[in-house]
Amino acid sequence: METKLRAILSDHELVRLYEQMALSREFEEACAEQYTKGHITGFLHLYSGQEAVAVGATAALHKDDYILSAYREHAQAIVRGAEPKRVMAELFGKATGLCKGKGGSMHLFSPDLNFMGGYAIVGGQLPIACGLAFSAKYRQEDRITACFFGDGAVNQGTFHESLNWARLWELPVLFVCENNFYGIGTEVHRSSALPTVHKRTCGYDIPSEKVDGMDVIAVFKAVKYAVEKVRETGRPQFLEAITYRFRGHSMADPAKYRSAAEHEIWKARDPLPNYARRLLAEGLATEQELEAIRQRCGAIVQEAVTFAEASPWPGEQAVWEDIYV
Amino acid sequence: MSEMTYRDALNLALREEMRRDPAMVVFGEDVALYEGSFKVTRGLLAEFGEERIKDTPISENTIIGMAVGAAMGGLRPVVELMTVNFALLAMDQLINHMAKIRSMFGGQTYLPMVVRMPGGGGSQLAAQHSQSLESYFMHCPGMRIAYPATPADAKGLLKSAIRDNNPVVFLEHELLYNSKGEVPDDPEFLAPFGRANVVRAGADVTIVAYARMTVLALQAAGELEKEGISCEVIDLRTLNPLDAETFIASARKTGRAVVVEECWRSAGLGGDLAHRIHEACFDSLLAPVKRVAGLDVPMPYSREIEKLCIPRVETIVSAVRDVLAASV
Repeated sequence: METKLRAILSDHELVRLYEQMALSREFEEACAEQYTKGHITGFLHLYSGQEAVAVGATAALHKDDYILSAYREHAQAIVRGAEPKRVMAELFGKATGLCKGKGGSMHLFSPDLNFMGGYAIVGGQLPIACGLAFSAKYRQEDRITACFFGDGAVNQGTFHESLNWARLWELPVLFVCENNFYGIGTEVHRSSALPTVHKRTCGYDIPSEKVDGMDVIAVFKAVKYAVEKVRETGRPQFLEAITYRFRGHSMADPAKYRSAAEHEIWKARDPLPNYARRLLAEGLATEQELEAIRQRCGAIVQEAVTFAEASPWPGEQAVWEDIYV
Repeated sequence: MSEMTYRDALNLALREEMRRDPAMVVFGEDVALYEGSFKVTRGLLAEFGEERIKDTPISENTIIGMAVGAAMGGLRPVVELMTVNFALLAMDQLINHMAKIRSMFGGQTYLPMVVRMPGGGGSQLAAQHSQSLESYFMHCPGMRIAYPATPADAKGLLKSAIRDNNPVVFLEHELLYNSKGEVPDDPEFLAPFGRANVVRAGADVTIVAYARMTVLALQAAGELEKEGISCEVIDLRTLNPLDAETFIASARKTGRAVVVEECWRSAGLGGDLAHRIHEACFDSLLAPVKRVAGLDVPMPYSREIEKLCIPRVETIVSAVRDVLAASV
């Protein structure tokens, strides 16, 4: 028997989780459309299917906590509070983008929100997350660092170096592996001797848990517990969120390495409709209210596209700006 | 002024800046309890304690990444890799992260960090511990590079590096640690980045060098003086920013130039410097610019053949003679 939602968060917060997942989904699907139209170019990695992880986790973190992620990070930034229109403008390469058009899809960054970046070298953000956690510890700040990465990162040296270091120096880091089963086209069991990722932390004496990453409430509860442990002990914790991306690795990937049957199984576990059913069942929202939320999110994303289209390109002088202080 | 070694000058710079800025931390391989592989961090643990002077695991890539994160979080980390050779394990964090972060995030952050790395050849440490990788770093925008030749610059450039809000690769030559020189006592003495020094004035030929190559160039100039040849020696001090103006003005004046680099010749930084001189001074040059560089070989161990692979006083003297003999 599932715990009643009202025992976990307020009505408003519970509906808000749905709204954030809906906004993320609308945003990503609009990105796909804009990519097809040629307005977004370069690499584009979409988060559709994984929304419960970013939304559940962010809800369990304090605003002061640092968040870092990899290159599939639009939703992470938006859920944290980045304006969708500035994220979309960044994807369009416009001067009004979150990073003035210098970063693009893979390098969103917003220090005002303590969103400390999207990184596109697999596993590259783990050492940086440890460094941020060290700075917070050194300055005796009450903040932890949440570092998200995919299952592809767990065989990088930085994964092992960072876990070892975080435990050795007792750094307040929450490592969250978003296991969507595929590093591009290579399934976890074809790349990892121990495919149950959360078991790998025993070599570093870091407590770890596995959580259903398609269930926003399960993620919220697991992250909340882990974060409390980090704050209480000052030591790192590790979570493996089992999830699935509905699209290919990037827009360039038709995902032919996955069967239609597998895809259908996971589609049935889509975090949005499943969570919507729970909200309806517990009388937290009506179907009309949820539809209104989706409409509102669609309008926000449409507005973001309009803003990005209308925004100016960076000027020539921008080439030499913001490299050195 | 006080006379001290290059090593002690670096140590003093670290101490003075640690006292000045509580946000500064030092960590790296064997820097605390062992006091540094080359003893540059001697006494720091005793003075500043284990919260600020920290030993790390042998995880070079993460040492740099930790510094990147710490700098982003508001600290001023100065990290040490045991030697520059191990930077190759950290190239991902150095090049893909440290040098990119400010730009790719649209200038929303900056990284006030220093990466100290001893390097250079000539100690019979064989192929994996004798490399001069300055051209690797110089090729990449987004970081500053200092490489001092004298104890005074060792102190002044390191203090400038620590106060700089850009990431700085700070190279130290292992054969210079025991060299002695006069060092200003003023704790506010800073050596500027991007300003080369004319360390010896001359009229016949310009020698452009850096770090230990500057020391050799000065010895070569001393020998050539006996033959009545007047050399002007330029010490670059920082490779990024590069003060091209100073050596270009000198080459224009003398009409002849020799560029000395310790790194391998192929695609080495000397080719870039020589090209800048050719491009800017073509009409004033009396001979093509000559390069003296490390040989394009993995460094051998044996003393008798190792010495052939690194620029020496006699190879610089010979290059100067060649450039004087040639004329257009």
